[in-house]
Amino acid sequence: MARRRTIVTDYLARVEGEGAMTVKLVGDKVEHVELRIFEPPRFFEAFLRGRSFLESPDITARICGICPVAYQTSAVNAMESLCGVEVPEPIRQLRRLLYFGEWIESHALHVYMLHAPDFLGYESAIELARDAPAAVERGLALKRTGNDVMTLVGGREIHPINVRVGGFYRTPSKRELRTLAAPLERALEAARETVRWTAGFEFPERTVECDLVALAQPDAYAIENGRIVSSGGLDLAPAEYEEHFEELHVERSNALQSQLRGGGTYLCGPLARYTLASDRLSPGAREAAAAAGLGSECRDPFRSIVVRSVELVHACEESLRLIEAYEEPDAPFVEVEPVAGTGYGVSEAPRGLLYHRYRIDAEGTILEAKIVPPTSQNQLAIEDDLRDVVTRNTSLDDDALRGLCEQTIRNYDPCISCATHFLELDVERK
Amino acid sequence: MKPTLAVWKFASCDGCQLTILDLEDDLLALTGAIEISDFREATSAVVEGPYDLSLVEGSITTPHDAERIQEIRRNSKALITIGACATSGGIQALRNFADVDEFTRVVYASPQYISTLATSTPISDHVSVDFELRGCPIDKRQLLELVSAFLIGRKPRIPTTSVCTECKRRGVVCVTVAHGTPCLGPVTQAGCGALCPAYNRGCFGCFGPMESPNTSSLIPLLRRLGRSDTDVERLFSTFNAGSEPFRKAAGHG
Repeated sequence: MARRRTIVTDYLARVEGEGAMTVKLVGDKVEHVELRIFEPPRFFEAFLRGRSFLESPDITARICGICPVAYQTSAVNAMESLCGVEVPEPIRQLRRLLYFGEWIESHALHVYMLHAPDFLGYESAIELARDAPAAVERGLALKRTGNDVMTLVGGREIHPINVRVGGFYRTPSKRELRTLAAPLERALEAARETVRWTAGFEFPERTVECDLVALAQPDAYAIENGRIVSSGGLDLAPAEYEEHFEELHVERSNALQSQLRGGGTYLCGPLARYTLASDRLSPGAREAAAAAGLGSECRDPFRSIVVRSVELVHACEESLRLIEAYEEPDAPFVEVEPVAGTGYGVSEAPRGLLYHRYRIDAEGTILEAKIVPPTSQNQLAIEDDLRDVVTRNTSLDDDALRGLCEQTIRNYDPCISCATHFLELDVERK
Repeated sequence: MKPTLAVWKFASCDGCQLTILDLEDDLLALTGAIEISDFREATSAVVEGPYDLSLVEGSITTPHDAERIQEIRRNSKALITIGACATSGGIQALRNFADVDEFTRVVYASPQYISTLATSTPISDHVSVDFELRGCPIDKRQLLELVSAFLIGRKPRIPTTSVCTECKRRGVVCVTVAHGTPCLGPVTQAGCGALCPAYNRGCFGCFGPMESPNTSSLIPLLRRLGRSDTDVERLFSTFNAGSEPFRKAAGHG
């Protein structure tokens, strides 16, 4: 009789939030794969009802301490598009700068503190620092620069206070922004070094075949807004998102999961962005990617660490360009009067597409809210990948297989705190 | 032997434990002085308790978590809560004033799968807490001061005055007096460095109520500044909505 094996990780380490993993094998056959999430629900979409449309950026920021700017940006995009407001160009550029700060902070955190230890055989970056202090210090310095950008533009690095519907409460002077130039120059060099460092890791050969979904702008690597495009040929306005994507509340997986309407797994995040728009990266990022041997597409989840590193180069280089070109706006914000109706907002969180929809009344009171974070969209793709990785590696012993599975999950940088608001809770801690 | 540290998460956004990693320049110095025994966001290495110091993020929202915190308390010599969720229940405590079954139906297609408590409560409602560090999120300088004080065995220097004192110290013009901007600074505990007023914005209460907050004087002032009852209720109903003074000020009884 075929041997039954169950590989369980009760509490996934080095991911944001509380998740677990179960893989069941019968002989060489994978019977069941599950990325389980026991992070308790917090009901954001429920208590947003009755709040002012102006409160949405501050409230939704609290969904995630790692990517609050993503929530703030998708929220203001939804409200401004509904109310017919287009913010002046300097404000849009300042939003991009703030968002790049978040990418730098979040990517440096993931590359150095959460992901690199997998490739180098350590349990944490703290342990890694004993043998490779220069590398970890480089990562922390990079992360710090991202935080410095967020602190200057946003007021603080976690849950910035300066973002409002219509713009900012206070915009920095040209001189203030210039103080970021020197640290960003150093960060740019550190990011280039990060690409060289991660490109030298050993990668098992993997390719994911699912659809890739990311935002697109004609002349930029989209971050703060854009149209939703896919490798399958979709090209949608934010308002069309729900016509093409759906969320299912499935008991088996204990989670509400996104898929293409009518079935079909898709992936968003660094691999999708890179594959769909690598030609729109900054020149330095394209150069670093070419030197790292990435090619114009990357569908290898293990190499997502190299893609994140390339995006670090892009974020640093673009931030420097934005600071150089910055002109102080006439006013820090545009007054936004509420308009009854439904607003749609999207942006590229570090982990991928973040979708918000709000229905508000003429007084600006929120009547309905829907938020779809990247991790919920990626969950099916993560489970598919996990199943395939296990199928190809059944000869490994339990410990080695568990390690490989955990790394497979960390390849996607899942943010379980983000995902929680839609996730079913059926606590079963073994 | 270095003192051992554990970091625990309950219902929260992860931001307060991220503050530990955001210490950056001081992080490696800190890990030199302290043995990190259990900090899942940062490491897969786990050392069994008991722990000299536990930092707890998040609020209690499930029956299982209500049990888990008891075990953590038993295993911790000192237990410090970090942030508004752990200290007052967080923004998810808004469910305390609503029908949680209705909330569940709004968010989930199949509410029968959901298991949750009707309330989101602070850690101190469940176990004894040695210190509560405020903030949504906490301030990293305060965190470093607190952990340093713990290591040396002295009392931490964490002010319990209002945000107003920080405005005065920083030389920030009062946004209410100068611009008529509604501000919770007079009733909110210091700690952020008067961040919002420095950005031309009224304080919105991230650090929760100060000691003996005079909300009954502030509310008429907010009304004179043209704020409706609904505006006032919203202002007090955010990240520290579950704290008693803010709960009462919002009219949640």
